[in-house]
This record gives sequence, structure tokens and C-alpha cells, in this order.
Amino acid sequence: MPPASLRASRGAPFARLAGVGGYRPSRVVPNEEILRHIDSSDEWIRSRSGIVTRHWADPDETVAEMALAAAGKAIASAGITAEQIEAVVVSTVSHFSQTPAIATEIAHRLGTDKAAAFDISAACAGFGYGLTIGKGLIVDGSAGHVLVIGVERLSDLTDRTDRSTAFLFADGAGAVVLGPAQAPALGPTVWGSEGDKSQVIRQTVPWDEYQPGDKFPALRQEGQTVFRWAVFEMAKVAQQALDAAGITAQDLDVFIPHQANMRIIDSMVKTLKLPEHVAVARDVEFSGNTSAASIPLAMERMLETGQARSGDTALVIGFGAGLVYAATVVTLP
Amino acid sequence: MAASREEIIAGLAEIVNEIAGIPNDEVTEEKSFTDDLDVDSLSMVEVVVAAEERFGVKIPDDDVKGLKTVGDAVDYIAAHQS
Repeated sequence: MPPASLRASRGAPFARLAGVGGYRPSRVVPNEEILRHIDSSDEWIRSRSGIVTRHWADPDETVAEMALAAAGKAIASAGITAEQIEAVVVSTVSHFSQTPAIATEIAHRLGTDKAAAFDISAACAGFGYGLTIGKGLIVDGSAGHVLVIGVERLSDLTDRTDRSTAFLFADGAGAVVLGPAQAPALGPTVWGSEGDKSQVIRQTVPWDEYQPGDKFPALRQEGQTVFRWAVFEMAKVAQQALDAAGITAQDLDVFIPHQANMRIIDSMVKTLKLPEHVAVARDVEFSGNTSAASIPLAMERMLETGQARSGDTALVIGFGAGLVYAATVVTLP
Repeated sequence: MAASREEIIAGLAEIVNEIAGIPNDEVTEEKSFTDDLDVDSLSMVEVVVAAEERFGVKIPDDDVKGLKTVGDAVDYIAAHQS
């Protein structure tokens, strides 16, 4: 028989960011607390990272609870109800159960049981990866509204005695709702991976080699290699995202890079030659590095504080373990 | 044409001045980047990338660790420039 003629799904012409929400754990951890376990100083930590305080989750602030709180705010900010969410995409590296995905629990507890729900693993590029998947689902007709969540408890993967990383990593959740649009509001994504650098940011011990009683697995990185790649290679990717969207840095209102380290952010701004009028996210100062959560958390904060406004044109770029990266231009919700 | 030793030092001095704010004439061969010139490990990466562009050399991360003094960097660039 010849192949049957199939009906294809039809999606919206375009997708947009409809809402954003974040959750920051209640416990604020100053550098002094970090210094109980490492031989360093407040001045050293600030000069190498720009980090002054970060949020670490308490036991009851689980990955699921933080994700739900951020999702609820994003859904309210989008002006829709949870039932309208038809897909839930969660990016995390710190949900310590391989299966089932945490996304299904989140979908269920939000009250959107029928939504497609799955987790992705793209580390600090997870927000951009999720955004790109969500956009595809809406334009393809597979979902009307998509919830994308980045959530991490990186304090669980932090070696408190490692002086090069103990102060960097932190906890939190950030979420966006993507919905249909009649005009372009999300530029093309420039994304990719560099698996030859898979050991540059890594987990000290794989789960199947970890024995109870051993030192718990933690994140490690080659600081100089990551810095060089992030500042100089990622600046090229950021420029490509501007080119792909058909705009220049002059057209930008806001720059929201992954909040890895203030030094990386400062150097990226310099390398990209961003004009003075572009507002730059510097949430890392009081939030540390929250991996996939950092971009939506910074986005929410900039909108709340008036540094950015709804309708602004923003360049977002995430980059991290893999190595993986994703950059795109978005219209802020 | 390859840069002379004096030209490499002058070029490095401009780069260190730009990145760490150290006066050009303090950037001399015996100075340690970290201990004398306020160039920390991350600033060193910026110095290296700027030097690569200026002198047409490639300085891999593994080799950066061996560049303790300005003289080490001058030797490296002089030996590797095309």
C-alpha cells in the first residue's frame, strides 16, 4: 500500500514569553559562612566572583517545592490557569532520582495532569534549551502553552571544603510560560555542544561508583578554561544570536547572561562591546550560580526592580557543563 | 615580521595596563603577574587572549600555568610567534 495521507498538526505562527516567576530559598548565606570551611577571604571571593550572598535551600525547600513556587508565579504572571499548560519541561541536574522525571509530579501538583511532562539535562544552558523546545512545541501545534522550569539545589553538589567552588553554587528556581503569538517574539536559537570539553565542568564521582560513607559527589571545574571559553567563545555565540535575529547590540535593551560569575559577565559585556544603554543582569551578586534557574531568576528580578520592562528586547545566553550553550533574543513578558 | 623582545614587553605592558591598571613602566621582565602586577588567574586569561591577538600566537590553557613572570611570557611569545 502507498503511505496513508496523514493530517498534520498546526500550531501558532509564533511563540512568546507570556510570564516569568522565580523562587529564592529563604536562607541567605553570606561569604562568612562559606569561610568556615575554606582558607580564603571575603575580599578574595568578591574579587574572583562578585558574589556577596547566595540562597541555600532548607531541607523542606525541595526541587519540587521550589519549582512549584516559581511555576505558580509564572502562570499567574502569564494571566492563564494551570489547566491551559499542555507541556512541562524541567531542566535540572540536582533532582536525585533518575526516573520518573520531576516534571510529571510538578504537572500533577499544578493541576495539569494531562500535560506532556519531561526533564532535560543541559546544565547551565538548560533554560535556553527548554525555551527552544517549548517554542517548537507551540509552533508545531503540540502544545498551546508550555511551562519551562529551571530548578537547582546545587548546594547538595557543592564540596564545602573546595576553595575554588564552595562559594559559587547556589539554589533556586525560575520558570517561564510560553504561549502563542501573532508576531515574532523569540529569535532563532544559536545552540550547540562541545563534548571534547566534557571534563572541564564535571561531577567528582559518577553515581554508580559512589559508596555510602564516601565523600558525596560534587561539581568541579577548570576555572581558567571555563572563563576563557565563556568570555571569548560565548561572546561569539551571543553575537551570532543577535545576527540571527536580524538586530544589532544597539537594538538591545537588556542582556541576561547565565549568572555564573561577575567576572565572566563583566568581560562578556566588554568583549561584546555592548552600548551603555543596555541593562545588564548582575543577579549573581546576591544569588550565586543557580545553573538553569539563573536566567529566569535574573529576568524576574530585573522586571520587578524596573531595570527592565515588559516588551523590552533582551539577549539571553546560557553556557555550562557538557560543554553546552544556547543563546537567543527574546521580547520580555 | 616577528616582534622584537622590546616590542613584546611594550605590548604586554599596554595589555596589563588595560586589564589591571598597572602603569606601563612597572611591567618589566622580572615581575610576577600574580604577586607584583595584581593580575589574578582570571585576569591572566584576559592578558593571554589579548597577547594571542596582538602577537599572532596560540597559548593553550596548559601552557598558561607556566607563565609566572613577564619574562616567561616574553620567552613564550618570542619562541612561538610566526
